[in-house]
Amino acid sequence: MSQADVKGRGAVSDVRLPPRGRDQPPQPASRRTTFYGTLFRNELHTTFRRWRTLALLAVLAAVPILVGIAVKIETGDGSSTTGGGGGPAFISQITNNGLFLVFTALAATLPFFLPMSIGVIAGDAIAGEANAGTLRYLLVAPAGRTRLLLTKYATVMTFCLVATLVVAVSALTVGAVLFPLGDLTTISGTQITFAEGLGRALLIALVVAASLTGVAALGLFVSTLTNSGIAAMATTVGLLITVQILDQIPQLHALQPYFFSHYWLSFADLMREPVYWDDLVKNLGLQALYAAVFGSAAWARFLAKDITT
Amino acid sequence: MAPYESDDSVTAADAEELRSARRRKAARYVVPATVVGIAAATIGLVPALADSGDPDLPKISAQELIEKIAASDVQQLSGTVKITTDLGLPDLGGLESSLGSAAGPSGSGDSSADPTTKLTELASGTHTLRVAADGEDRQKVSLLENAAEYSLIHNGKDVWGYDSKSNSVFHTTASGSEGKQKEELPATPKDLAQDALKAADKTTSVTVEGTAQVAGRDAYRLVIKPKDEGSTVGQITVAVDSKTGLPLKFTLTPASGGSAVVDAGFTQVSFAKPAAATFDFTPPKGAKVEEGDAPKASGHAEHPGKGPSKDLGKGAADEFGKNGPEGLNVIGDGWDSIATFDTGGQGVPSGSEVGGDMGGFLDSLGDKVSGGFGKGTVFKTRLINALITDDGKVYVGAVTKDALVKAADAAK
Repeated sequence: MSQADVKGRGAVSDVRLPPRGRDQPPQPASRRTTFYGTLFRNELHTTFRRWRTLALLAVLAAVPILVGIAVKIETGDGSSTTGGGGGPAFISQITNNGLFLVFTALAATLPFFLPMSIGVIAGDAIAGEANAGTLRYLLVAPAGRTRLLLTKYATVMTFCLVATLVVAVSALTVGAVLFPLGDLTTISGTQITFAEGLGRALLIALVVAASLTGVAALGLFVSTLTNSGIAAMATTVGLLITVQILDQIPQLHALQPYFFSHYWLSFADLMREPVYWDDLVKNLGLQALYAAVFGSAAWARFLAKDITT
Repeated sequence: MAPYESDDSVTAADAEELRSARRRKAARYVVPATVVGIAAATIGLVPALADSGDPDLPKISAQELIEKIAASDVQQLSGTVKITTDLGLPDLGGLESSLGSAAGPSGSGDSSADPTTKLTELASGTHTLRVAADGEDRQKVSLLENAAEYSLIHNGKDVWGYDSKSNSVFHTTASGSEGKQKEELPATPKDLAQDALKAADKTTSVTVEGTAQVAGRDAYRLVIKPKDEGSTVGQITVAVDSKTGLPLKFTLTPASGGSAVVDAGFTQVSFAKPAAATFDFTPPKGAKVEEGDAPKASGHAEHPGKGPSKDLGKGAADEFGKNGPEGLNVIGDGWDSIATFDTGGQGVPSGSEVGGDMGGFLDSLGDKVSGGFGKGTVFKTRLINALITDDGKVYVGAVTKDALVKAADAAK
């Protein structure tokens, strides 16, 4: 892996910019933008070429398949839908409309699978490079630490979006294969067309991806604290689980609105008619706050860090 | 000496540089700290700023305000209502929900879309409802749940209940009993306010005390206070929209102080005509449709065979007023009225009689009292208290413990 990494990094030096010192004039803006784009593309390339990333995406894609098959078997003998109202949100509607599998799959993966994979990618972002000894090579290139950190965060955010879309597309495919599609009933009882349903599904996927930006920033901050990629991943996932547990304890209700996971399931409010925006706005605001706090903390830490590896 | 000197100065300069570098490093953490500070300040200040004083409205008497409410003819509205109920019942956790659906066919996973089962849920905690109305014939109330919603839709002669969580549908016909149907939904502040005003007579003081902002609208505050000493009701506040006369918020505070027992109010309201599609409902494919009886002229939309269990959730007042056991008497009037009936049984066994953990549990629920009537147990909530005497008589009312004991003594 490290061999591949070093090779991947090689592409950065192909830009052939001289190392920029303090006494040299700044590069023209256009060159910097180009260089920034190159750095981002390289980061994306490195991240998405890893077997680890692909395995995570495969696991995420498998969840809707499992849910779809389970629901199909459960209701295959002609019995009616699961009437209990238990299980993830929207599960009772899947047999009538495959599009609901998208919502169910996102509701099933959002509490754990999705943030866990974000935690792995974000935790690895800086600490993994430091661990593999590639971080200082990255810094030799005239990128600057701030820009490297921004690039890393942008890469993690891209992964958030890709991971969410993988779940949604997999769920839509499985839903279309196993169940009928058509006009759907919102949870408020009104009817919307299939096209509008698809539009809402896309909107929900975007909101789910945005819900993960807080965890991503937290993971990146943890990643700047240590030189061990595994430790950063474990800490991020551990924090995630802890917060999820604390969110269930009724005595802490005064604190709970500030937990990053508290409003995650508000994406379901997009399926109401008219859409109930209150919690959605709170969720997005909270994610922005987490991104700002932990993003700037990561910046402060990363710029102050002694990089020896 | 020169080398030493130069060495010294280099070391000093290095140390100085190191220190200043450390300071720079530390200074960077000011950024996240500032972000946290700004966020905390915003969270703290924005509600305070938004609550920018009460609106200035022309003075109005209580009588005029009540007339305004009575004359209010809001036909079209849509909005969001938040209801918080804190009866001070012991937190029974799972027991509570199992009581609510104990007799239901599906046990724990009660999937019935029958409206009466949903009323139990409103009896505790905070709930968000959405209401929409367009004239007499079309109303909709939705109870927002986690990733699900329970909607009750009245459109023409059809009344639909739709529970999206279990994808089940309840259907009944209104058959010219719109008024009745409305009574089943104490969701809008208007209904609650009307109930409160009904009780207004010589035992009650009704005043207008200032103004308030509710859901972004200027409103008068109508304060209703019982004159009787024995009542557990402290005061009832109704915020009435200054333009339309629609009650926007209803708050019931207990005499014992503390948070409101019932607090129901619009958080957002619009008087525009709701979209027609809001009231359209066709049962989704594959949904279970349960047909209910048309509501009887005097009763509720009850299911035969399910009745007794449903009654649990109907609120104490309703229970005693309409469906109480045989031999129900009401002592007193106004706020101090106490309902009494004879169970003919033995009353509540005391802890020592039952013994063990169960005895301790029983004792912890009620207070032992004794008086001229003999002995008994008082069960308290923040609003309703009940005295069960050892010879099986029950006294219930929104009155203090002393008033209950006095009533029991008088009845002896």
